[in-house]
Amino acid sequence: MTKQVQQLDRVIIRFAGDSGDGMQLTGDRFTAGTAEFGNDLSTLPNFPAEIRAPAGTLPGVSSFQLHFADHDILTPGDAPNVLVAMNPAALKANLGDLPRGADIIANTDEFTKRNLQKVGYDANPLEDGSLAEWRVHPVPLTSLTVKALEDFDLSKKDAERSKNMFALGLLSWLYHRPTEATISFLETKFAKKPDIAKANIAAFTAGWNYGETTESFSVSYEVKPAQLPPGVYRNISGNQALAYGLIAASVQSKLPLFLGSYPITPASDILHELSRHKRFGIRTFQAEDEIAGVGAALGASFGGALGVTTTSGPGVALKAETVGLAVTTELPLIVVDVQRAGPSTGMPTKTEQTDLLMAMFGRNGESPLPVVAAMSPSDCFDAAVEAARLAVKYRTPVMLLSDGYLANGSEPWKVPSAAELPDISVPFATEPNDGEAFLPFKRDPETLARPWAVPGTAGLEHRIGGIEKADGTGNISYDPDNHDRMVRLRQAKIDGIAKDIPALEVDDPDGDARVLVLGWGSTYGPIAAAVRRIRKSGGKVAQAHLRHLNPLPANTGEVLKSYDKVLLPEINLGQLALLLRARFLVDIISYNRVRGLPFKAEELAGVIQDVIDSE
Amino acid sequence: MSELVNGRGLSLVPKSDAKQTMKDYKSDQEVRWCPGCGDYAILAAVQSFVPELGLKRENMVFVSGIGCSSRFPYYMNTYGFHSIHGRAPAIATGLAASRPDLSVWVITGDGDSLSIGGNHLIHALRRNVNLNILLFNNRIYGLTKGQYSPTSEVGKITKSTPMGSLDKPFNPISLALGAEASFVARTIDSDRKHLQSVLREAAEHNGTSLVEIYQNCNIFNDGAFDQLKDPEQRDDITLRLEHGQPIVSASKAVRRAADGGIEVVERASVREEEILVHDAHRADPSLAFALSRLDEPAFEHVPIGIFRSVDRPSYDELMATQLEEAVAQSGPGDLDNLLLAGDTWRIG
Repeated sequence: MTKQVQQLDRVIIRFAGDSGDGMQLTGDRFTAGTAEFGNDLSTLPNFPAEIRAPAGTLPGVSSFQLHFADHDILTPGDAPNVLVAMNPAALKANLGDLPRGADIIANTDEFTKRNLQKVGYDANPLEDGSLAEWRVHPVPLTSLTVKALEDFDLSKKDAERSKNMFALGLLSWLYHRPTEATISFLETKFAKKPDIAKANIAAFTAGWNYGETTESFSVSYEVKPAQLPPGVYRNISGNQALAYGLIAASVQSKLPLFLGSYPITPASDILHELSRHKRFGIRTFQAEDEIAGVGAALGASFGGALGVTTTSGPGVALKAETVGLAVTTELPLIVVDVQRAGPSTGMPTKTEQTDLLMAMFGRNGESPLPVVAAMSPSDCFDAAVEAARLAVKYRTPVMLLSDGYLANGSEPWKVPSAAELPDISVPFATEPNDGEAFLPFKRDPETLARPWAVPGTAGLEHRIGGIEKADGTGNISYDPDNHDRMVRLRQAKIDGIAKDIPALEVDDPDGDARVLVLGWGSTYGPIAAAVRRIRKSGGKVAQAHLRHLNPLPANTGEVLKSYDKVLLPEINLGQLALLLRARFLVDIISYNRVRGLPFKAEELAGVIQDVIDSE
Repeated sequence: MSELVNGRGLSLVPKSDAKQTMKDYKSDQEVRWCPGCGDYAILAAVQSFVPELGLKRENMVFVSGIGCSSRFPYYMNTYGFHSIHGRAPAIATGLAASRPDLSVWVITGDGDSLSIGGNHLIHALRRNVNLNILLFNNRIYGLTKGQYSPTSEVGKITKSTPMGSLDKPFNPISLALGAEASFVARTIDSDRKHLQSVLREAAEHNGTSLVEIYQNCNIFNDGAFDQLKDPEQRDDITLRLEHGQPIVSASKAVRRAADGGIEVVERASVREEEILVHDAHRADPSLAFALSRLDEPAFEHVPIGIFRSVDRPSYDELMATQLEEAVAQSGPGDLDNLLLAGDTWRIG
């Protein structure tokens, strides 16, 4: 039987199963095959905070969504075209996101009476007609896998564990994905257990062959490679890109990287990644707590290292006092906040943009610092290099904001060569700067940065600390006018960075839009996708996205005032809107949702259209 | 230890060519502790002792937290970092771990290190970071004007405890030994000779050395250590700990007790060979811990000296070794190779 092949321009697949079913791995492997094939792609993992929630329950459902296309795409997609449901819980948890007409591949073996009851199904939805508006493909994934592996010396339970590879094989057939990379991945991953490697490969192949032969799938699909700018690409997640950005910053600043960190979701992967690269002279210190993590990083900065601490919101709260110390001692420090849903513990695996005001103001006293935000998974690389550039050039702590969506999401990344990266090195002070004397707080007239004199430098011995310092000498001072001057100098130093960052660029193809959509951080993808939709249907809308939240690009006010309406979607209750309203007296229109999930393009397109229509 | 490390501890700190004096280590800052404060004696002892080490002055760093004692770095003509309350061990850990060529000293007090910074202290001790921690114990909060501290005796009447404090104090030596610190000592501000001899051993020790210094606060807790200074009593109270020597005071001796512990008895009542001989290098810290309990509950007898000094690798040398091993195994890092590692594909 020759099966029909249909061409598609894009597909959104969601793999969903129990958190022990290996859905993240399945998604990762499908992504690797898709990247290798040359599609543009974007991914969104979604998993419970519990490592192993009770099997078969709704809280235990883990999923991985992948959007791939023959053109460049901006988000992991709003709604899946295909749901792979490994059990009834996975079906129930995800059905609401599935548009009518979408395909459902369900593992019928798991639709037992007991499993159905666990999630509140009275009858089997695969059989009672309730899914009539979707295209259901019932596949006994577990028993087919066990059957495919009957020649292996495996227990039934062990054989069943390969069912995710069977599903991957089936999906790889369905979407014409290359198989070599997955096979070699399995060989490498299970190099020490060749039997397990063979079993997984057999399950993967059986899944592929099943697609080829079964009548349940009469059509397979092709999504042609995307036309992306020439270059070498790799797929990269936000946390990995951020870690690589920090390594690049260490190389480009010629400073050894010192990471002081305490494990916290969703930032821990940066610690894991950096700890693997000791060849670069990177010291990673898993501290006893968040405070020690930032303290050690600051101590290392005092000694001439590129001091970094990585955390999420609750950790930033704990680090606040030390960050204030870095502000007043004017030492370089990078504080990475991979934001998650708060307050307090909140929802550790869910995303939010709710730490902006904490990043800006969450310290005692007037304690300004630069705030830089990444806008896509791969952009975490550039954002990290930029944060490091500002930290070392201006001798200041910098807040680098990522979030759970960027951290775990992935996309293809055109890999830069080291030669393209900026040189961000700065000289240490080596000589007295005031006749025979060394004044640790005598500033560079241009940047207002103080000299960075590291221990071991003869003749520049000096003391710094958290007590207010006399301008120039750095000696303890309680003089009222000196304090007023130092408060203003520290502010002026940060404000002055506006001269050293790019202007806010506006994307307004025809130049006649009256509505501007502004964003910051991880909302870039959904906003840009929504803007495309509006333009495709003939609407006019301009888009701008802020990388620097503090200081803002010098032209920000001018940009905001040149549009009739400014719409600002944020995954918080309007934190950037509050800052912009206060600063520029512009009547920002906020759109806020705080559901722990990224915006959807369709949702934002509707909001933008409403604002345009209200003109 | 791996042979990759070129020396350890103090041997990695560059030496000065010039002869140094106490004057070299005095900064130009006016010392502003209360007149009569024990901190003056400690400062003078440190300033007059450090030239002996013969280190390059620019390679010494004093890091402190918050409290009266934490002003100390301002008065040392070295590099200094007066940080925030309780965090000095954490900040010093980052500095020492990334700069093995520095001699890093932490100056802290009983409130700073045992209350707000207790966590950092015990973790620095267990890691054995190359730090010398001088814990000025005056058993009171001075800078905040006289509240009880985590080393104040139970029932202490202070501004915050008008009916007496309720919480049992920490014994800093016991705490440090519980964290398996590799060097633990106690000395007293008024005995410069002893203080300096302990500091010398602490400086030369590889890893974290914790030195508790009994320090008198003449404003809020005057006389806290008077028994140890009183010529009438001190020789009877003070049990000198000297490695290889019997543990005795003028009139008391320490011996093994019938219940498996140790006890203090009249020296005249025991035969010489019954007296416990101090072994500071004993790998198991439990006997040192037992010695640290002898001064409970009151100052009837107080061991002074080095409770424990054992050799184990410092955190910073282990960390440096891992870095060197990583390079030895697969060469120095190359950014282009890193970014291109794994699955890549070319377009165009």
